[in-house]
Amino acid sequence: MDLYEYQGKQYIARFGVPVSPGEVADTVDDAVAAAERLGFPVAIKAQVQVGGRGKAGGVKLAADRAEAETHARSILGLDIKGHVVRRLWLEQAAHIAKEHYASFTLDRSAKLHLCMLSTKGGVEIEQVAEEDPGAIARRHVDPLDGFSEADGLALAAEAGIEESERQGVADILASLYRCYVEGDADLVEVNPLVVTAAGTVLALDAKVTLDDSAGFRHPEWAEWANLDELDHRERLAREKGLQYVGLDGYVGIIANGAGLAMSTCDVVEQVGGKPANFLDIGGGASAEVMANALEVISTDEKVRSIFVNIFGGITRGEEVANGIVQALDRVEIHAPIVVRIDGTNAVEGRAILAAHESERLVSLPTMIEAARAATELAGGAPR
Amino acid sequence: MSIFVDASTKVVVQGLSPTSQGLYHALRNRAYGTQVVAGTNPKRGGEVVGGIPVFASVAEAVAETGADASFIAVPPTAAPSAILEAAEAGVPFIVCITEFTPAQDEARVFATLRRYFPGSRLLGPNCPGIISAGACNIGITSGDIALAGGPVGLVSRSGTVFYQALYELTEKGVGQTTGVGIGGDPVPGTSFVDCLGAFEADPATKAVILIGEIGGNAEEEAAEFVAAEMTKPVVAYIAGVTAPPGRKMGHAGAIVSGSKGTAAAKMAALSRAGVTVARNPTEAAEAMVEIVRELT
Repeated sequence: MDLYEYQGKQYIARFGVPVSPGEVADTVDDAVAAAERLGFPVAIKAQVQVGGRGKAGGVKLAADRAEAETHARSILGLDIKGHVVRRLWLEQAAHIAKEHYASFTLDRSAKLHLCMLSTKGGVEIEQVAEEDPGAIARRHVDPLDGFSEADGLALAAEAGIEESERQGVADILASLYRCYVEGDADLVEVNPLVVTAAGTVLALDAKVTLDDSAGFRHPEWAEWANLDELDHRERLAREKGLQYVGLDGYVGIIANGAGLAMSTCDVVEQVGGKPANFLDIGGGASAEVMANALEVISTDEKVRSIFVNIFGGITRGEEVANGIVQALDRVEIHAPIVVRIDGTNAVEGRAILAAHESERLVSLPTMIEAARAATELAGGAPR
Repeated sequence: MSIFVDASTKVVVQGLSPTSQGLYHALRNRAYGTQVVAGTNPKRGGEVVGGIPVFASVAEAVAETGADASFIAVPPTAAPSAILEAAEAGVPFIVCITEFTPAQDEARVFATLRRYFPGSRLLGPNCPGIISAGACNIGITSGDIALAGGPVGLVSRSGTVFYQALYELTEKGVGQTTGVGIGGDPVPGTSFVDCLGAFEADPATKAVILIGEIGGNAEEEAAEFVAAEMTKPVVAYIAGVTAPPGRKMGHAGAIVSGSKGTAAAKMAALSRAGVTVARNPTEAAEAMVEIVRELT
């Protein structure tokens, strides 16, 4: 789960990272009231999960009440790369002297955590990595050893951070590491990490990605489950606990396992069809889950056929077949369904389907044949 | 011949109870011919569940039965401690199929194995397991989709595409030595490179199929290894050729891996390393049929 800036800041602040005081506002009136409480000058920032909002006019500085009103009005409703701004974050403007960059994430190759620190903050870090890779100091962190204040001081020196600022940076790195580990984040990134004119170090922006698998030990995350970034198909799928990504085609896809779901999209596209979605019903999917999946797909008006591709491991063929049959009774499904079942209890599954075979329900033995049939039933011309 | 497990492998199933997922799969593994010698459950020591003797701990099970592999199918809250219990008991091969283990736990468990239990290899978490065809099946793979007699080794990040590829080979009459599902989690205990190295060293394996997927850079690392270390032919398929870019890992992730993580980038890297790259699992199996025909 990706957090918005204001959520990310609240999260890192819980672990002791200093941030500017601020408030959230969803309307111009609320924004003006918040600005007056915080005092001027105040920064007004669009809350969207996309980079480059500054350039798009999504971050403005207001010197007084009138400016706050003008800026809040111009930013709310602004479309930034397809993301419409519905929420603002207002905070006391910092007198920025310097902008650094700091992050913790996992280095999958080394199977260790990685801390990156740079004095080239405030710009996209990919650009720095490309143009001046030496400007990013890196340190691997073994989770058994952790990240100490001494590690932070050494890394700050290596990154070329001025001696007077190193303690502040090291303190923040230690807090950020705690947030990353104890807070179960996949990524914590502060860009920029600023040094104010008064010499204080604080986080001016925060990008935090939480590890959804760790939600069971963080009940407080529930308040952040932001369903508003999803389209209606994705929202319904999320509510039903399904992994769904909407695409632009007309062949609805249901498969078990992310790999097979992607592979199913690949094969449909290769035979000349267009997948309408990616939907992974996961391992051990029951009849109930299959019925839910068909229900989600059926809300997509673009879908003209549905391809159910199941290779059983934990998922058992007869449960899948039963789910499809039950769903046909329970849900209004306008599109014909092509099913391919293999693996665990495939024979039992196919027998159940055979008993219900019709022009609305076809069972085929291979992935390619089923992909062609689904494409043809959708009115396409399969290769 | 095979890699990691064979007919002599003795398996202990951790967290065994009459209602556990582990029991269902353990019985299927046993029906395949796998030596399932023990189960563990702190509350059921001394019982027999499904014909499998249960011990209170892995250490006890190892001492009593000589188990040298463990199978873990417990919830994510219990998986990390189960893996460490097996390692502490000296089990050299640990298979964990558990899905949704937090990444921080995986990183900590892997670091612990690396530092304190280098003799224990972890497969998974979130993997389908391992099958040495005709000899030993640990995990959730349906045994009837594998064909004994070699000569192909198979390694996959994706579970269901792993089954699909095994099945396609079997349908075409091409046997397998060992199929390994390494799982798609951020910190897999066993990597592509570990498996490729083992297949290269296994005299019975003559060629390898590698199934990757979008995201991360494990496939790029595999490509480097193939180019530098492998003499045996490799066929690859990357799931997600037509997938839109998935959830991005933020900015730091892209810099760390140095890869865009796309199927195209991975396919290009593998192709440059001399790997035959297929567009779908069926094509991968067909390419392997050709390679096997030329080998014999």
